[in-house]
Amino acid sequence: MTRPWQGQDLARAISGKLPEAVAEARDNAVCVKAPALLDMARLLRDGPGLEFDYLASVTGVDYIDFFEVVYHLVSTKHNHSCIIKTRVLGRDEPVVPSIVPVWQGADLQEREVYDLLGIRFEGHPNLKRVLLWEGFPGHPLRRDFILDREKVEYPYLRG
Amino acid sequence: MALKSQPIIVNIGPQHPSTHGVFRLRVAFDGEVVQDVEPIFGYLHRGSEKLAEERTYTQIVTLTDRLDYLASMTNNQAYVLAVEKLAGIEPPERAKYVRVLIAELMRIASHLMATGFFINDIGAFATPLMYCFREREKILDMFEMCCGARITYNYMRVGGVSHDLPEEFYPALRSFMAEMPARIDEYEELLTENEILVARTKNVGVISPEKAINCSISGPVLRASGVKWDLRKADPYEVYDQMQFDIPTGAAGDCYDRYKVRIEEMRQSLRIVRQCMDRMPSGPVLARAPSLVRAPVGAEAYGHIESPKGELGFYLVSDGGISPYRCKIRSPSYINLTALRDMLLGWKLADLIVIFGSIDINMGEVDR
Amino acid sequence: MDIIYNIFAILEKGIVDGLTPSLGAAVALAVMAFIKVFLVANVGLIMVMVFIYMERRVLGRFQVRIGPNRVGPGGILQPLADAVKIMIKEDIVPKAADRLIFNLAPVMVFVPVMLVFAVIPFGVGVAGGQKYYMSVADLDIGILYVLAVTSLGEIAVLMAGWSSNNKFALFGAMRAAAQLVSYEVPLVLAVVGVVIVAGSLSLTKIVEAQAVPFIFMQPLGFVIFITAVSAELNRTPFDLLEAESELVTGYHVEYSGMKFGMFYLAEYLSAFAFSAIISTLFLGGWQGPILPSYVWLLIKILFVFFVFIWVRATLPRVRIDQVMALAWKFLLPLALINIGVTAVEALLWPTFPWFLAPVNIVIGVLAVWAMAAAFRSVWEPQWKPARLAATPVGG
Repeated sequence: MTRPWQGQDLARAISGKLPEAVAEARDNAVCVKAPALLDMARLLRDGPGLEFDYLASVTGVDYIDFFEVVYHLVSTKHNHSCIIKTRVLGRDEPVVPSIVPVWQGADLQEREVYDLLGIRFEGHPNLKRVLLWEGFPGHPLRRDFILDREKVEYPYLRG
Repeated sequence: MALKSQPIIVNIGPQHPSTHGVFRLRVAFDGEVVQDVEPIFGYLHRGSEKLAEERTYTQIVTLTDRLDYLASMTNNQAYVLAVEKLAGIEPPERAKYVRVLIAELMRIASHLMATGFFINDIGAFATPLMYCFREREKILDMFEMCCGARITYNYMRVGGVSHDLPEEFYPALRSFMAEMPARIDEYEELLTENEILVARTKNVGVISPEKAINCSISGPVLRASGVKWDLRKADPYEVYDQMQFDIPTGAAGDCYDRYKVRIEEMRQSLRIVRQCMDRMPSGPVLARAPSLVRAPVGAEAYGHIESPKGELGFYLVSDGGISPYRCKIRSPSYINLTALRDMLLGWKLADLIVIFGSIDINMGEVDR
Repeated sequence: MDIIYNIFAILEKGIVDGLTPSLGAAVALAVMAFIKVFLVANVGLIMVMVFIYMERRVLGRFQVRIGPNRVGPGGILQPLADAVKIMIKEDIVPKAADRLIFNLAPVMVFVPVMLVFAVIPFGVGVAGGQKYYMSVADLDIGILYVLAVTSLGEIAVLMAGWSSNNKFALFGAMRAAAQLVSYEVPLVLAVVGVVIVAGSLSLTKIVEAQAVPFIFMQPLGFVIFITAVSAELNRTPFDLLEAESELVTGYHVEYSGMKFGMFYLAEYLSAFAFSAIISTLFLGGWQGPILPSYVWLLIKILFVFFVFIWVRATLPRVRIDQVMALAWKFLLPLALINIGVTAVEALLWPTFPWFLAPVNIVIGVLAVWAMAAAFRSVWEPQWKPARLAATPVGG
């Protein structure tokens, strides 16, 4: 069985190296401050006893007051998993550092989060919209998204 | 004298016999050699994640059918497992065995289709494809007996499955099990030692195990690179911890190994089906759960399974209501495409099609 | 009984002798030639329909399915339905295509193939003490003419691919230029062996020299020839010029309507022509007991075509660099070995007695085995992807 790390245990393991990274330690996840995300990712991937080499999933959730990005990590060596979250307050221009330099598997997933929710990932090599096209008005997965059919332009119908 | 030359930019797709759906690849060629690759998808994006926020937990099962429409049963299974984790519902024993049986049959059907189309892309003009489809028809007929549909099954429910296996299922399953091992051997005999197949697929599209893990690749592609990671063994769900089966892995991580891994996985699936048949208990197939499932406020769960294409996961967040607050679909085909560019650079046009076919993606899953 | 065997000879003699008094010898021969051409052209086109039908049904049986069986009893009228469909389709010419070459290419693909039928001897007959060969023209340079004329079709493929103004078509045309030209070399060299044994370039003399069919006398030549012919015909495993799964039919992707029909027709017509050539060169042509000569040739042609379909149903496609390697590094040395051995035998035993057949078979098997072992180190070129600095896909 993949053993899930308890939030408190993980927070303890991290605070040894990166004391200010942890914002909050819950039951099943650890909330991390956004600026420390990249260092935290490196620590999780390379740290002895941690070695989370497999990024299972990157999810963005819109909790109206803030955006949350959830990372599910797994270690194929030790067969344990953990959950990391970061929060971005405010709805205009949410920015989160990209962890593509650490796990290349985040490449397409972060593009999808940007496309559907509008969260920009700083340091992403190729942050373009992936499922929708450039020029689509708005980010559909947001809770306050209303499709204005007049504004939608279909590029293939142009000319 | 320096020759001035320009790479030729070709669009492969979205309408193309070999792109396994509506998938577009902009490739820059220097003669026949690939210089750069830009995949463009989204042609089949239907907003499943947004739609899921408006539907009850049971209604979303029909949405999950349409993700990887060639392996709908496993999509259903992943989703209902996630909901059961979220809401704390435990399905009865018989339901678990039925689910595993159906999922393994689905795996065989999906791998048959993947292998058939892979060889078709190499150019063997539909002959292996027709042979594979002959068996897939039998599996689809069996599924039609269970739930009445051949593609979008909508068979599994939160807490079990919707109907028990009917009477006519068992003889059909027995006759299928009797002849399938010989058929798999027949495919192997036709294909595995074939000079041309070997020359086209050996050492083509290699990906190293470290890179595969870093790119979050899962499924037969990961196992062909030598990483022994299968969620049915690493994080067993349902009754897989009581089943005996092996995990086939490859050594080189090329297209040939991916093909071999899929063939071997079909054999292992047959083993699991046989064990399910022998051990299936009797009892109800659906737990007594409310039809409008609710979960505690703020609960979240990530349920994942080993689908034929890789790790299929659902991340559900609940706000206490009858629909999930957020339903995220972690689809293996989408994430397996992360390494596409690295796998394709430097190869020729013919290899491009072969490598792309060996990853075995499904556009319903990529675009959701 | 004799009439059935010699029917065409009797008709020929009758027509020429009947018309000579009134029209003169020259005009009578011209009329006879015209009738022969008419017959051969029609037989060719009808056989194309038979071939299309045969391919689809036999391929279907290989693939565990029935082929077309709706149109007409047992699907016999399917090629007719295909022909009608192709003829009534709209003829679309891409706006940016080079119109003259675009329109000329299908014609240039079709005509050289038709020209091949002028020399194929369909049979033999005796009428009035004189032997008549059932060919339109019994040229002394028969096989040389065939090889020269079939090379004309290659430029047409290039024309078609280039003038379509379509990148996929261009890919197909470039591959075609490489493949078709490369396989001309082993094709011609394999024929040289046959010519040495027969002592003549004329097709009728080659058939008559086959007391022992040349498939046994020249097994290596046969293998090389049939491989090179597969490549010339764009049949699997060498059908990468029109690889559906890659190039979406390659060089004729932009053609529709009757122009596409011309390509389609030319493909099967050349399959018929080359099957006839193979039967003539290697299988003994019209020779055979009991049945009339023209029936025997037909049986052999159908058998050769069946082998082509069989190979198509079984083998996957080869990649272009592997195709080229096969032509230049495998078939060419084998062909040269074949010529060498045959020339030595011609010096020692000019009449080529029958015991040379098993000798040649053994030599052929050894040569292929040795070349394959040597070639394997060359064949698997361990194609490493070049580490390229990726140029960004702009535009």
